[in-house]
Amino acid sequence: MPLLSYEDLSVLLPGMARPVLDGVSLSVAAGEAVALVGESGSGKSVTARAALGLLPPGATTAGQVTVDGCALIGADPATVRAVRTGKASMIFQDPRAAINPVRRIGDFLTEALRLVDGRGRAEAEARALDLLAAVGLPDPPRHLRQYPHQLSGGMLQRVMIAGALTADPRLLLCDEPTTALDVTTQAEIMAVLRALQQDRGLGLLLITHDLDLAAAGCDRIYVMYAGRIVETATAAELLATPRHPYTAGLLGSSPPLHGAPERLTPIPGVPMGLLESAPGCAFAARCRFARPGLCDQSPPELAPVGERLVACHLADSILSEVDR
Amino acid sequence: MTSVRAAARSALCRLLGMAVTLLVTSFLVFSSLYLAPGDPAAFLVRGRSPSPDELAAIRQQYGFNDPFPVRYWHWLDGVLHGDFGRSYLFHQSVASVLWSRLPATLLLVGVSTLMIAVVGVGAGIVGALRRGTRTGSAVLLMVTVGAAVPSFVAAIVLRSVLGVKLGWFPTIGNGTGFVDQLHHVVLPAIALSVTFMALVTRVTRSAMLDELRREHVEVALSRGMPRGAVIRRHVLRNALGPIVTVCGLLVSGMLVSTAIVETAFGMSGVGSLLVQCVDELDFQVVQAIVLLVVAAFVVVNTAVDLVYPLIDPRVRAAGGAR
Ligand SMILES: Nc1ncnc2c1ncn2[C@@H]1O[C@H](COP(=O)(O)OP(=O)(O)OP(=O)(O)O)[C@@H](O)[C@H]1O
Ligand code: SF4
Ligand SMILES: [Mg+2]
Repeated sequence: MPLLSYEDLSVLLPGMARPVLDGVSLSVAAGEAVALVGESGSGKSVTARAALGLLPPGATTAGQVTVDGCALIGADPATVRAVRTGKASMIFQDPRAAINPVRRIGDFLTEALRLVDGRGRAEAEARALDLLAAVGLPDPPRHLRQYPHQLSGGMLQRVMIAGALTADPRLLLCDEPTTALDVTTQAEIMAVLRALQQDRGLGLLLITHDLDLAAAGCDRIYVMYAGRIVETATAAELLATPRHPYTAGLLGSSPPLHGAPERLTPIPGVPMGLLESAPGCAFAARCRFARPGLCDQSPPELAPVGERLVACHLADSILSEVDR
Repeated sequence: MTSVRAAARSALCRLLGMAVTLLVTSFLVFSSLYLAPGDPAAFLVRGRSPSPDELAAIRQQYGFNDPFPVRYWHWLDGVLHGDFGRSYLFHQSVASVLWSRLPATLLLVGVSTLMIAVVGVGAGIVGALRRGTRTGSAVLLMVTVGAAVPSFVAAIVLRSVLGVKLGWFPTIGNGTGFVDQLHHVVLPAIALSVTFMALVTRVTRSAMLDELRREHVEVALSRGMPRGAVIRRHVLRNALGPIVTVCGLLVSGMLVSTAIVETAFGMSGVGSLLVQCVDELDFQVVQAIVLLVVAAFVVVNTAVDLVYPLIDPRVRAAGGAR
């Protein structure tokens, strides 16, 4: 049983033409780092939040999400609390929005320990100091007494990471943890996350729209488009030979982590919104391989192609053309 | 520490600003009443028909002939020494007239403030947390009705229903002894606070709703924090700024409304004194009360400004050096 598993999870919001998530299956084993990659609005955050029992209000669901043996869809509040307070933690994109600006850093780090675990102040603070040192902040005792606005974005994201570790989770969900930061800080934060993940044997689900970042930090990658997984493979395989036209497009449009953005050819068109739906492949309108009469008739299923899974009608026949 | 020094400096600036405001106010108050129609000397000899000589002598005695700046200076000098002049109406010093009326008004305002803080803020919290339910709609309805009811209407209704019809509360006077006074002050306090309560409820509700939407609230919940603790520590705590500010702004409105409410309930306080002295052209008392109301307003709002950095530490950073 993997640490985190999504089994055919669908999430439908009232008044929308298509589901936000449409049959998502994904798994993260203990100690494994997995990335979920996709453009803005593809449903990455909804996916990650579901692992903490956070669903958009009014959503109807099908399928299941299981964290460390706890099924979250339709779970009672106690199970949800159990997952949130010791099994999984989330690191959010913008630490300035995710940390209460009027309370001290120390309060952010210790409140869950004190109010949920019932530990004493001294014990909770000692643990907070350890964690601040573990995420590489220079002066933990001082940071405990500081307010969020007194720290830079990168430092605050480290605080966020420390906060996620207080409950000693087995799974870290990172929702675009570096998007709000500048490039140098991004690399530092990724290094911290990677080191913590390996030292502590954590399962890691990294959400990003940057395939290069995903490949640098993770073992396996899932590519998501319009609420569906369209391709999944090991990081090395996916980067070397993307099979799905969307993955190939993403590789063309993601600026490299280091050096000049030489490969910047964005995918033409815009992602499909929630108010649109298509009878066939959701990517058809933007796909240069789209074949009328096939791609616009039925949605392609995720099917094995060699070692990996790809959801494309032409996965077998266009292999060579996608290869760079 | 530099931040402490910066804080002390900004506090000092605020206090200085407060002093200047009070000085300007005192000038405006004095000059507006100086320019008001009606001859105070004629008032003093009301009931008799004085000879012109007699009037002139009175003018001389009370300094009515002195040029405006001199009179202002005399008055200000007195005020600074706690001497607000003499009341023509009561034949006592203004200070002792005020002093005898102040406790009743302070009790009224104190009880009203407590009601506003507890009921107004409480209803606002409930209104925000129960938004979209029947309870939430009831709060909104109460706010709409409460804000539309002027205090004199509330006073009349409360008196006739809870006072006269049901006989639960006395309808007139101040009462003697603390418990009896408290009993007497309940209806006036409700009448005084209805409008302000509605305002505070509205501000509290919308501030709470704003804060409920913040991402850090969802983050706290996603960390398994109990909902009650999140509401208290992250939602209400962050909503305090607007709540405290609006409470500070209400003070002067409340003090002015005591005039209506105290008169309606036949209470003897500073508010009813103001009405009486305006009627009888007792300028010295009117000046003192107006100045007092403004002073209370300025002091309360300076206090709000001074506690604001405690409520929102980001203000501290913006005000002083980082
Ligand atoms: N609470 C909600 N109510 C309504 N729509 C929502 C809600 N949450 C998400 N959505 C919609 O679901 C879709 C997927 O959103 P999601 O936040 O998962 O995208 P994402 O892949 O994380 O994008 P980004 O890279 O911009 O963060 C979007 O179209 C979004 O507008
Ligand atoms: S199914 Fe057709 S439209 Fe969709 S990605 Fe494959 S080739 Fe393109
Ligand atoms: Mg997102």
